[in-house]
Amino acid sequence: MPPLVELAGITKRFPGCLANDNVSLTIAPRQIHALLGENGAGKSTLVKIISGVLHQDAGQIIWCGTEVTIRDPAHARSLGIGMVFQHFSLFEALTVAENIALGLGTARERVGLRDRIIAVSLSYGLPVDPDRVVHDLSVGERQRIEIVRCLLRNPKLLIMDEPTSVLTPQEAKTLFATLRRLASEGCSILYISHKLDEVRALCDVATIMRQGRVVAHCVPREKTTRELASLMIGRDFLPPASRQASVTGAPRLVVDHLSLAATNPFGTALREVSFSVAGGEILGIAGIAGNGQGELMDALSGEILAPAADTIQLDAIPVGKTGPHGRRRLGGCFVPEERNGHGAVAGMSLAENFFLSGQLRGVLARFGLIRRARTTDFADRVISRFDVRTSGTMAEAKSLSGGNLQKFLVGREMLLDPAVLVVSQPTWGVDASAARAIHQAILALAATGAAIVVISQDLDEIILLADRIAVIAAGRLSDPVPVAEATREQIGLLMGGVASHA
Amino acid sequence: MLSLSPRGTASGFWRYAAPVLALALTALTTGALFAAMGRPALLTVTTFLITPLLATGGLEALLVKAAPLVMMGVGLSIAYRANVWNIGAEGQYIFGALAAGGLALALPAAPGWVIVPLLIAAGLVGGAGYALIVAWLRTRFNANEILTSLMLAYVAQYLLVYLVTGPWRDPEGFGFPQTALFSDAAGGPRLIEGSNLHLGLIFAPLIALAAWVMLGRSVLGFQFRVMGQAPRAARFAGFDENRLIWLAMAISGGLAGLAGMFEVTGNQGQLTINLGPGYGFTAIIVGFLGRLHPLGVIPAGLLLALTYLGGDAAQMNLGLSSAITGIFQGILLFCLLGSDVLISHRLQWKRRP
Repeated sequence: MPPLVELAGITKRFPGCLANDNVSLTIAPRQIHALLGENGAGKSTLVKIISGVLHQDAGQIIWCGTEVTIRDPAHARSLGIGMVFQHFSLFEALTVAENIALGLGTARERVGLRDRIIAVSLSYGLPVDPDRVVHDLSVGERQRIEIVRCLLRNPKLLIMDEPTSVLTPQEAKTLFATLRRLASEGCSILYISHKLDEVRALCDVATIMRQGRVVAHCVPREKTTRELASLMIGRDFLPPASRQASVTGAPRLVVDHLSLAATNPFGTALREVSFSVAGGEILGIAGIAGNGQGELMDALSGEILAPAADTIQLDAIPVGKTGPHGRRRLGGCFVPEERNGHGAVAGMSLAENFFLSGQLRGVLARFGLIRRARTTDFADRVISRFDVRTSGTMAEAKSLSGGNLQKFLVGREMLLDPAVLVVSQPTWGVDASAARAIHQAILALAATGAAIVVISQDLDEIILLADRIAVIAAGRLSDPVPVAEATREQIGLLMGGVASHA
Repeated sequence: MLSLSPRGTASGFWRYAAPVLALALTALTTGALFAAMGRPALLTVTTFLITPLLATGGLEALLVKAAPLVMMGVGLSIAYRANVWNIGAEGQYIFGALAAGGLALALPAAPGWVIVPLLIAAGLVGGAGYALIVAWLRTRFNANEILTSLMLAYVAQYLLVYLVTGPWRDPEGFGFPQTALFSDAAGGPRLIEGSNLHLGLIFAPLIALAAWVMLGRSVLGFQFRVMGQAPRAARFAGFDENRLIWLAMAISGGLAGLAGMFEVTGNQGQLTINLGPGYGFTAIIVGFLGRLHPLGVIPAGLLLALTYLGGDAAQMNLGLSSAITGIFQGILLFCLLGSDVLISHRLQWKRRP
């Protein structure tokens, strides 16, 4: 069978980086083809080229046997290339049918749209009600709208960009069934992911990318997860050492019925969140993005104050109405999810970024002036202790790669001798070796008696690190349970918002 | 189709070379403009930029005009670095002048060692107080400071006109819109006997130096810079955003008031309806030309002061319109901002897809 699409020698350069270097791959009809790689491997760039968002600097795209120049996304769609992005583009205030109608080009295409939506959603097992308002729908349902929108155009190739990153395990299973069915009916699928188990379960073939280049084509079912991981990462994949529980004594961080109204119309209100973390203990907070993690982080760090002082206690001292400064004084240290612009100032040096949160605990100011030698010395210690790859303490934060900056930011808080550390998405977008270093640092800190909260979307990370796990969904936190007793099924249900009190 | 794409990293060299390039481009453009008006291009540019320096008292005039520009430029640089866009330095300048002028008129017999410190305080308080209205509107009602500070500049302008044509008008001034002359003591000491060189000329560079230390070395300066570059990081660090807005407005307003105070007491000797050629707005150009760096503001202030003198010279020697100064300053700002865009972005010719 002739291939559906063939990419030959695709090269794309951005200022300061070669995003795609001579990338070639071939997708056969009816094939589910995985594009596997770490963050920054060049997957998204490649996909943007196929979908007409970007143009390659060199190389050819051969579509159904003829070379094509894909001018723009509309052209890609007319060829039969459909794309479901990681971030949806839906208007919350409109109905499903209205949203889909907006995405269609001409009035003619909209004739009988409602019936066609129902027909497509029934035939592919993608239940969507065209009359519901998007605002009320879950993430999984929204993704289905995007898929239906693509399917209405009878695509020959459907591109899915990290589709399960926003789904519960149950929703992911349903999605896989749909994708298999689509493939069997003649639609090829390019499936972008860095989740190895998924790729092994779903995909017929895989193209593995690393640093902009294709490093391997393989049949993922014939490889072990470990083999795939080492192909993707480029060296042996070592799981970090397992830990022994070292929980000691009294609770150091107590959150007691914390409720907080959403600060913006798209935010999530926190409702009656309660938990406590003892010294030496790591509490993992799992959940799908946008369920109140950001608000919880802000409430814990003091960027948003609680309605009452005693809803948050640090070492038994009420701090609910104390700002970040006062909480740091008591030993609170925080690593927010967003690095540039929140945890760090992109245009400032590492030394200045150390000062940003280290001023108080590092005693880095005297008479209103910055003690520069002392600050630089601290930053230097972070760099050497956490193996931050950089030209030195004068390097601007934005010159560091995501993983290195994350190591610096986690290291910064570690060096400040925290009593309580709250880390949000500690290894988001970080490569495997840096992730491992960060995990080990967190475990080591717990061993010294600090109480640690890890907020993460990555369930594997939580299972690896945490003693107990709780799930945040729609601003409510489930009762924490020991990780050893939790099943993935149960956690998945909680993520999907099913009540925790069975 | 022309399009701009980010370069990723901006060249450090060009960031500081841009003002020089902008000046060269301005000279070229205005030269072409003069040529189009039938004047010899090169001669006109030299008349504008060089002749004033060679004239008798040229340097003195330059320094007197540069002092308020530098003071205000430093204050604005601090505020702009903190992402507080005080556009109304002109109003704060007028208020500083009014506070000081009123005090000087009220205490005509006070000796210098009494009146000069009082005037300095009055200038600072007048300018800062007026600027704090803007800070209050911003922190209390979230009103955009660009609009409020600009509008308040016109309010100050009209208050000045009202005072010098009404209650404060000199009864013996033959009906001219001006106050009585201040006492000699209020003018403060002269740096050179008989010259116009007032105390502000010493204050301006010292203020620039102090601001440099403050921005680079102090915790407060750090907080300003963080708030300007990454407001969320400032919240993460626990900096009080409202306090920083109040302080940034107070500092920039206070320095503008101080400039106004030195101008009326040290240079003009009385209040008139015209307190200067719009120093408060030109100081915005000074700030940007000086790369919002307190020390960079010094040469930038000198250069813009020169454009005022050059404008006068061009009027007198070549019969050009008085609008020429504004045109020169405008082209200079345009070229500077244009260079800045091209330093951070690449211009590309793309065919329409």
